[in-house]
Amino acid sequence: MKSIAKTFAGAIALTAATIGIAAAAYPEKTINYIIAFGPGGESDVSARLQEPFFKKYTGQSVAIQYKAGAGGAAAWSQINSVPGDGYTIIGTNLPHIVLQPLQKDVGYKTAEIANVYWFHYTPDAIMVPADSPYKTLKDLIAAAKKAPGTVTFTGSGTNTANHLAQRRFDKLAGMTTTYIPSKGTGESNTALLGKHVSAAFSYSTVGVQLGSQVRCLAVAMDKRHPALPDCPTFKEMGYDLVSGAYRGLAVPNTTPKALQKQVSDLIGKINKDPAFVKSMEDKGFAMVDIGLDQMDAFMAKEQKQTEAIAREMGIMKK
Amino acid sequence: MPGIEFLLGALTPFNILLAVGGVIAGTIIGALPGLTATMAIAVLVPFTFGIPPSSALIALGAIYTGAIYGGAYSAVLLNTPGTPSAIATTFDGYPMAKKGDGDLAITLACLASVIGGLVGAAFLLLLAPPMAQVALKFGPVEYFWLAVFGLTLIASLSESSVLRGLVGACVGLLLGTVGVAEVGGDIRYVGNFQALLGGFDVVSALIGLYCVPVLIDLVATPDPHLKLTHQVAGFRLGEALRIAWASKVNLARSSLIGTVVGILPGAGGSIASLVAYSEAKRVAKHPERFGKGEPDGVLATESSNNATVGGGFIPTLVLGIPGTPPDAVILGALMVQGIRTGPQLFGEQSEIVYTFIYGLFIATILMLPIGLVIGRYAFKSIVSIPKALLVPSVAFLTIVGSFAVQNNAHDVQQMVALGIFGWLASRAGFTASPIVLGLILGTIAESGFVRGYLIGNARGEPVSEFFTRPISIGIIVFILIGLMYPVITARRRAKGSTNE
Repeated sequence: MKSIAKTFAGAIALTAATIGIAAAAYPEKTINYIIAFGPGGESDVSARLQEPFFKKYTGQSVAIQYKAGAGGAAAWSQINSVPGDGYTIIGTNLPHIVLQPLQKDVGYKTAEIANVYWFHYTPDAIMVPADSPYKTLKDLIAAAKKAPGTVTFTGSGTNTANHLAQRRFDKLAGMTTTYIPSKGTGESNTALLGKHVSAAFSYSTVGVQLGSQVRCLAVAMDKRHPALPDCPTFKEMGYDLVSGAYRGLAVPNTTPKALQKQVSDLIGKINKDPAFVKSMEDKGFAMVDIGLDQMDAFMAKEQKQTEAIAREMGIMKK
Repeated sequence: MPGIEFLLGALTPFNILLAVGGVIAGTIIGALPGLTATMAIAVLVPFTFGIPPSSALIALGAIYTGAIYGGAYSAVLLNTPGTPSAIATTFDGYPMAKKGDGDLAITLACLASVIGGLVGAAFLLLLAPPMAQVALKFGPVEYFWLAVFGLTLIASLSESSVLRGLVGACVGLLLGTVGVAEVGGDIRYVGNFQALLGGFDVVSALIGLYCVPVLIDLVATPDPHLKLTHQVAGFRLGEALRIAWASKVNLARSSLIGTVVGILPGAGGSIASLVAYSEAKRVAKHPERFGKGEPDGVLATESSNNATVGGGFIPTLVLGIPGTPPDAVILGALMVQGIRTGPQLFGEQSEIVYTFIYGLFIATILMLPIGLVIGRYAFKSIVSIPKALLVPSVAFLTIVGSFAVQNNAHDVQQMVALGIFGWLASRAGFTASPIVLGLILGTIAESGFVRGYLIGNARGEPVSEFFTRPISIGIIVFILIGLMYPVITARRRAKGSTNE
């Protein structure tokens, strides 16, 4: 009886192995993973966290390379000139890849980027210094309504996710605030901690990183972030704001659909690994799973939403 | 001394090995034009993921401090700053090399770097949490005035002609406006060139404006690159030590300037060394010797730029705000390691932080023997290598270096274009430094001004925002002194001659 069970188990294992081999035709060698920004940022950190899991699931490693410039456009405008063999993947970001082509000719169009997976996002979050007079979001809104324009928000730059969120929230809350763009989260943290501004529209990752130096008043997620349990969501307070900077992966658009699916599935598998999820969430990232099958619908929605804000902000290309 | 018990932890053979390896790797990468400290760290960061956090930090700190020192080699020997921090080192380092004292200049740079590095590390060890507050006191308005202060220094640094220096600085300011504006996102002076969307990169500008004219001149003239006036035997260490001892006040002042400027996020080694250099020149007995091969000039810049290493770590570790560009990369590496920076790092996780700080001391001290040996080798090879070999290899490096900035061919195109422009400008008597400083300072001044105005405007008082903050007033006073100083000295000199 035992031996039959063993044989049976062996047969299953053998079948699994054969299937495994068939699927493992990709990848056979190191994958180039291009980051469209410099090292040290969120795109880099999340790619570095994925790195060991590529090895775990495929036996192959990834080579992370940086190709920064023009807010990511330098790399995105060149990705489709690379062979679509699955061995070059590139990190893509929202709202960047939708917003940039809307504003100006940046050398690529949103539709030309073959996104295969959105794997996480850094939700927008409002933070104030720990000793700020604004204890809750309500305090802040009340102050902004009392004296329009006097409440100042810093954020990670002009026309970034933070900036769009600030504009959307002003509208939702029916208030007027002033946005002071900083150069990246490093500079916006200085402005926040140095109290040069009233508050920051920043990312959940910053809230985790700065810890007790700041108070998070609201985070733009569906549910509270596990690493920021005391920070309420906008939704809890009646504002329908779920937003942030999404990060995903794209391949050259000449990559065959079947291969795109394999890449998408691989990223999806890594995204389900509990150890990976924990390492991401501990740092304040929020996981999402938009694979190839949901990509078109997701991008269409994103395009519509971003276009509407861009038009309102008057930053659309003429 | 806080955390002295962790000194032993820093002294493990493994950590010392990392410190030695880091300093060697950093020095060599920093010495190559275009390969900056930021890049050295970015390339070597992945190798630190497998080792404990404090050891990883020691390795990265060693690379960083080595790279900042290494930048002096090409500044002295090729008139090309290896990193932006070494811009002011070219002012006196290269003239020294031209006089045949290149080896002395490099030994001086090594001594100054070690001293500056130790001062910066000492502040990091003893005063990090209170000093970090300085970083927060600097708002957009303060950066605006600091950049204006830097621009006024250009005028006082311009050797041959103040007018040419000012024109050069204006060209630099204009170059700084190209690309997508940081605040507002307007697209300026890009034309149809996508290569210009990201603006002019500082490192490409450095390589193009400094190195390319040197290369063209080397090809155009039959003289050897540097004349060897004596037998290269020792390090000329005794001579260098005597000079350094005589300039101990200069070294202390410059190291202090470097530490404080290093703490300010976004300022960095290029501004620190510029301020230290002009201060050294201002108080010198013979300011007219500066720019013609004055050892004090090299001492000032090299001690201040290495002091920014320790200074820059202060806001990075205490606040989680990178003090300098390389710190931003190190901060990312720490995040991957799972280290949360912040005040608690000095409390709960004090073992990591103090082991690292002592490691930084060890790496800095190790830089003395390592730097002297590599420096002598670099000097010997640059003087003895035939021109037919030197020019193509440096030319190759300029391409590699400018490409490596962002792995982007656009930066190479910018470098070549600026190089040809720089050569033509040098024929007309314009030097590269005002242009590059205009480019660096212009972007800082612009973003500081616009953001300061926006903040002031939200309060309803955009003008007083610029003139009422205490630190701003202090910097404005320095600007006025800097502007009035030539007038005052001229008057004093005139008075002195009538009295005699």
